[in-house]
Amino acid sequence: MSEKQTTLLGASEAPPPVSEWRRFRRVFFQRKIVMFGLIVLSLLVFTAIFAPWLAPHDPYRGKMADSLSQPSMKYLMGTDIQGRDTLSRLIYGSRTALMVGFLVVGIAAIVGSALGLVAGYFGGIPNMIIMRAMDALMGFPMLLLALLLAAVLGGGIQNVIIALAFATLPGYARVMHGLTLSVKENDYIMAEKAMGSSNARTMLKHILPNALPPMIVLITVWLGLTILAEANLSFLGIGIKPPGAAWGSMVNDGYQYLLMNPILSFAPGLTIMVVAFAFIMVGDGLRDALDPRLRGLL
Amino acid sequence: MTQGFEVYSNGEEQTMSTLLEVKNLATQFHTEGGVVKAVDGVSYHIDEQEIIGLVGESGCGKSVSQLSVMQLISSPGKIVGGEIIFEDQNLLKYEANGAKMRSIRGAKIAMIFQEPMTSLNPVLTIGRQLTETLELHLGMNGETARTRAIELLSLVGIPSGENRINNYPHQFSGGMRQRVMIAMAISCNPRILIADEPTTALDVTTQAQLLELMKAMVERFHASLIIVTHNLGVVARYAQRIYIMYAGRIVEAGTTKDIFANPRHPYTIGLLKCIPRLDEEKGRKLVPIEGLPPNLINMKATCAFAPRCSTGSKRCSTDPWPPLTHIGNQHYVGCFLNDEEKKSELSA
Repeated sequence: MSEKQTTLLGASEAPPPVSEWRRFRRVFFQRKIVMFGLIVLSLLVFTAIFAPWLAPHDPYRGKMADSLSQPSMKYLMGTDIQGRDTLSRLIYGSRTALMVGFLVVGIAAIVGSALGLVAGYFGGIPNMIIMRAMDALMGFPMLLLALLLAAVLGGGIQNVIIALAFATLPGYARVMHGLTLSVKENDYIMAEKAMGSSNARTMLKHILPNALPPMIVLITVWLGLTILAEANLSFLGIGIKPPGAAWGSMVNDGYQYLLMNPILSFAPGLTIMVVAFAFIMVGDGLRDALDPRLRGLL
Repeated sequence: MTQGFEVYSNGEEQTMSTLLEVKNLATQFHTEGGVVKAVDGVSYHIDEQEIIGLVGESGCGKSVSQLSVMQLISSPGKIVGGEIIFEDQNLLKYEANGAKMRSIRGAKIAMIFQEPMTSLNPVLTIGRQLTETLELHLGMNGETARTRAIELLSLVGIPSGENRINNYPHQFSGGMRQRVMIAMAISCNPRILIADEPTTALDVTTQAQLLELMKAMVERFHASLIIVTHNLGVVARYAQRIYIMYAGRIVEAGTTKDIFANPRHPYTIGLLKCIPRLDEEKGRKLVPIEGLPPNLINMKATCAFAPRCSTGSKRCSTDPWPPLTHIGNQHYVGCFLNDEEKKSELSA
C-alpha cells in the first residue's frame, strides 16, 4: 500500500536549498560598523599571535636613558618612565586582554550556562538553590565583587580570571535559565521525551542548541565587557603583576605623566575603548544575523 | 525499499491478546485553585493489532490519560492511582525518568502529537532526529541509521529521502512534518502507537491521507493504534472500538458499530447528533450539546454531564457518578438511564 501511496501522492520534490549561511553573511556583513568591528578583532587576534615579531622593542626591559621619550622614529609612541617602548607594551598587552577575555568568558559561559540549564530544566529545589545563589551574586556590582575576590585571592592574572569569571557568572546563568524555561515548553521537547530521550540528552541535544544563538550574542558582547573589566582591575593595580603588560595598568602608569607625555595613557586607553566597542558591535551584528524574529526584516 | 521490514503473514486465526490494560488510572493536577482531576478512574484496554478511538471534548482528559501511560506528566500533575499493565508489567512501578521507562517510550510505545509544526526540533535536520531514535533504542549508528532513516521516509510517502534527510523542519509542510513524526514513531517498531489528535491541525485532504498512512503503518508493523480525537468522524472508519470520555471519565465504551448504531449515554447521543451523517434523513438539523464542559477543579462526585443532560433523573444530582455497566457485547455505559422507557425517549 505504501509503495502505491508514494507514487500517488505527487508530493513535491525537495525545495531548492535556502542557504541559511548566505542569509547570515548578507545580514552580518551589511553594516559597516560590524565590518569595522570584525577588522579590529582580526587585527587584535593577529597582533596577539604575532606579538614577538611585531613588537619593535622588548616590552619588559627598557633603556633608562630613553625614559619618557616623546614619540619618535625609534619609539613610535614614546617610552614610559622605565624607558620601555609603549607600542611594544601595547602589542604585548593584547595577549593579556585576549587571554583574560577568552578564559573568563569561556569559564563563566560554560559554568553559568550549565547552572542555568539545570535550574531551568528541573525547576523546583535545584532551581531555587541555583538561581537564588545567582541572585545573591548579582546583588554585588560586578566590578566590586571582582575587586573583593581579587583582593582576597591576591593579585596575579589567574586570580583576576577567577574573580571576573565569578562576577560575570550570574549573567550567563540567568539568560540560560530564561531560555531553558521557554525552550523546554516546546512540543518538540515533549515529543523528544516521548521518544525515550533521557534528561541529559534532552538538555544537551535539544534545549542547548535552541538556546545557543542568544548565548553566542551574549558571549561576544561580554568578551568586550570582560576586557574592559580586566582593564579596570589592572588600572586599580589588581591584576597582572609588573613587568607584565596590560592595557589597564599602562593607563595607570602613564596617568602620572599625563601632561608631559599624554600618549602613555591615551594609547592604551583608546585601544581598550576601540576593542570593547568592536566586540560589542560584532555581538550586535551577530544578533541581527541570528535572531529569527528579525528574519524577513533584515 | 522494504528491506529490513520483514512482513510476515500472520493468519487471521491468530488469537488477539490484550497488549495494554489501563485500570482505574487517576491523574490529578494540584493547582492553586484546587485539585483538578483530569483523569479520574479511567480503565481501558487495547488488544494486539487493534485500533481504538478515544473521543471527547477539549479538556476531558484524553491527552492526559495518554501522557500518563507514557509517564510524561510533569509537575504539578501527578498520577495518583491505578495500574498500567503493558506486556505483563505495571508501568507505574517504574520511575518516570528511569532507564526502564525510557526504554519503553519510543521503542515499545510511541506517540504522535497534535501539532506537527512544533513537534520537530527546528535546529536539527530531520535526518538527525530520525537517526537519534534509532541510535537510542536500536543501537544503530552512522550509515546504517541513515539508510534506515531514508527507508522510513519513503515508507511514509516522502520521496527523495536521501535529499530530504538533510532538510530542516521548516522546509516541510505541516502534512509532511506529520509524516516525519509518523516515521519517527514507527522507527523502532513499537507495539503501540498513540496518536494524540494527529490530524487536528491539518486540512481535510491531508487528514485522510495521514489516517490511511497510520493505518497502513500499524498493519505493516503489527502494532496497535490508539487514536485520540475530538472528532467521531475520524475514528468511525478506522477504530474497532471506541471509548467516549467526559470530564476525566469514560462514559461509554463499545465497538464502533455499537457506538454509532446504538449509543446509550446521553453524551454520546449528543455528540452523534451534532455531526452530519450521510445515511440520515433529509432536512435533519444538527443539534449542539447545550452548555460547556465542566471546570474540572474540585468537582462534585455526581455525574458531571448532568447539568447538560436533557434526560437526567433525580438520581443524577444526588447519587455518585454511575459506574460503567455492561449492557451487551463489549458495550459499557456509565449512566442511570438504563430502562427501556428512557431509551426510547432518547432515541426519539
